[in-house]
Amino acid sequence: MLEGLLAGLSTAFSVTNILIVIAGCLVGTFIGMLPGLGPMSIIAIMIPIAITIGDPSTALILLAGVYYGAVFGGSTSSILINAPGVASTVATSFDGYPLARKGQAGKALTVAAIASFAGGTIGAILLMIFAPALASVALLFHSAEYFALMVVGLSAIAAFAGTGQVCKALLMTFLGLIMATVGEGVLFNAPRFTMGVMDLQSGFGFITLAMAMFALPEAIYLVLDPNRSKTGDGDSGEITNLRITRDEAKRIAPVIGRQSLQGFFIGVLPGAGATIASFLGYAVERNIASKEEQEQFGKGSVKGVAAPESANNAAATGSFVPLLTLGIPGSGTTAILLGALIALNVSPGPRLMIDEPEIFWAVIISMYLGNLVLLVLNLPLIPYIAKVLSVPRNYLIPFILFFTLMGAYIGQNNATELLLLVGFGVCATLLRFADYPLAPLLIGFILGPLLENNFSRAMQLYDGMAFVWERPMTLALLTLALILIVLPSYRRRRARLRAAGVADGD
Amino acid sequence: MALDRWIAIVILVVCIAYGYTAFFTMDELLPPIMRRSPIWPSSFPKVLAVGGIVLSLAIIFGIEKAAGAGQNDIDVTRLGQYKFGQALMLLGLMVAYALLLRPLGFLASTFAFLFLGSFLLGERRLLLMATVSAIAAGFIWYLVNEVLGIFLSPLPLFLN
Repeated sequence: MLEGLLAGLSTAFSVTNILIVIAGCLVGTFIGMLPGLGPMSIIAIMIPIAITIGDPSTALILLAGVYYGAVFGGSTSSILINAPGVASTVATSFDGYPLARKGQAGKALTVAAIASFAGGTIGAILLMIFAPALASVALLFHSAEYFALMVVGLSAIAAFAGTGQVCKALLMTFLGLIMATVGEGVLFNAPRFTMGVMDLQSGFGFITLAMAMFALPEAIYLVLDPNRSKTGDGDSGEITNLRITRDEAKRIAPVIGRQSLQGFFIGVLPGAGATIASFLGYAVERNIASKEEQEQFGKGSVKGVAAPESANNAAATGSFVPLLTLGIPGSGTTAILLGALIALNVSPGPRLMIDEPEIFWAVIISMYLGNLVLLVLNLPLIPYIAKVLSVPRNYLIPFILFFTLMGAYIGQNNATELLLLVGFGVCATLLRFADYPLAPLLIGFILGPLLENNFSRAMQLYDGMAFVWERPMTLALLTLALILIVLPSYRRRRARLRAAGVADGD
Repeated sequence: MALDRWIAIVILVVCIAYGYTAFFTMDELLPPIMRRSPIWPSSFPKVLAVGGIVLSLAIIFGIEKAAGAGQNDIDVTRLGQYKFGQALMLLGLMVAYALLLRPLGFLASTFAFLFLGSFLLGERRLLLMATVSAIAAGFIWYLVNEVLGIFLSPLPLFLN
């Protein structure tokens, strides 16, 4: 482990990679602040660039930096103009925006940055402890268990989708799996379901699909509803004083500690993620605060900013645990990262730590570095970066659409891909109109080939379905998947969260 | 009937067509040696088709109780205020861009896309629009071509 850590240190601290982290964080903050572009869209746009870089550690460092920057940028626009660019920072606006209205935008931003930094750092340390442990357990897994584990992951994602939504989320997962079977598979070298179209021979491009599922519907919404891109209900004015008092620091310290831990463990669960962590963090802190502090919540409490911010950053880090150790993404964002890794010829899973320790540790260390960059570099720059919020939508929207097109085109160099993008984008917008969650579709699409390969391998080894009952761990995992879908208590809890305004995806 | 059920019907049709292919047409082409394997190329799709059909039927018949008025992104009462025309025109512009990118080259088609995009959204400061679009097209081409090293043919086909 120590050798891997050292290899990771030397990779992460090379001049190129430090510059990449800084660039990634800046770009992420910049775009994350724009209305309608969440971390998933930003990462999807950045993937062609990451793939051109070629070196998997550098590419992953870039994407992780962009991810953190985007989450941070989202909280900035929540605080300044009450328009969260990202679902996981909605809770930040509850108290951040009132603070900004009182002329304390600088203070709110500093609290958010410190809380994010602490949350991300504590998350990275926990990741360093838990990921190797989980990976060593996962090394005992065979294809049958992998298959079962992926079924558990997909069921959990559907189960967390909320009341009245489990069927829809499951259907979307199935649709994603169905779309993944189009094209030539690994196991059977014959094309399937291509309908004779040559361009479908290699299947649908996952970047195209990611763009069509997330970036394009958001852009279409911005066009449909001009109020959506309006800058909140007022300008928060100048960002002047970034300082916080010693007393405030003392008050937020325990909040940050608690919420970093809680957020991390929520982030590890597949399907939970940063959005739920931030709302839960906010609710918990409000409930355990003293009476007079409780009244402050919603009117501009520093604790109300610190809680969701540390929770969502810790959860973002936590969601890397299943990705890096099991190769199973728990959220839309990590699914896109998984797709990028596969495109870079890296297969995440328990072998990653053994075969390519420098990648694994470089990512963890660059997470830490990324948090530092956000605190030291981005915070003082925020007043200038925030100017991007005043770009008129007539100019902004064509550019967002153009970047979506470019993202799909650069990866494939194929104009058919652009037509697929527009077609899928329209379908995705309709699906969102009807309240179908889209993240399960993408996760299903990315996990589809892995699921089928492991299933086939297990079938071949046991010459049939016998692996289900002959391997206790497989049976246990599949039972767990069934319980997850059937158990209604999850739904009830999520129903309350949904009522509090939790949006889909993070 | 609510939009989500209509969508479920469409998905049901897709799943039935998919299932038909998996159950009835795919296996005919399978070489005899593959038939002895416990898993066929059509096995997994068969499972998926059945699952998809069951789930879309469950949504059509409303088996799962909905949680009342969900937190929908779209406010149906304000549907009249939505700018569908603009959105459709922009989508059309994207399709045109996809079809013209090769024949017109990157620079001209990107300039036209950005310029017409902001025009469709109601911008009328033509000189500013032209300047922004021209600088953006040139800068992005330079970035992609020179910095990232991905070739994008800049000029129309007949000039290359």
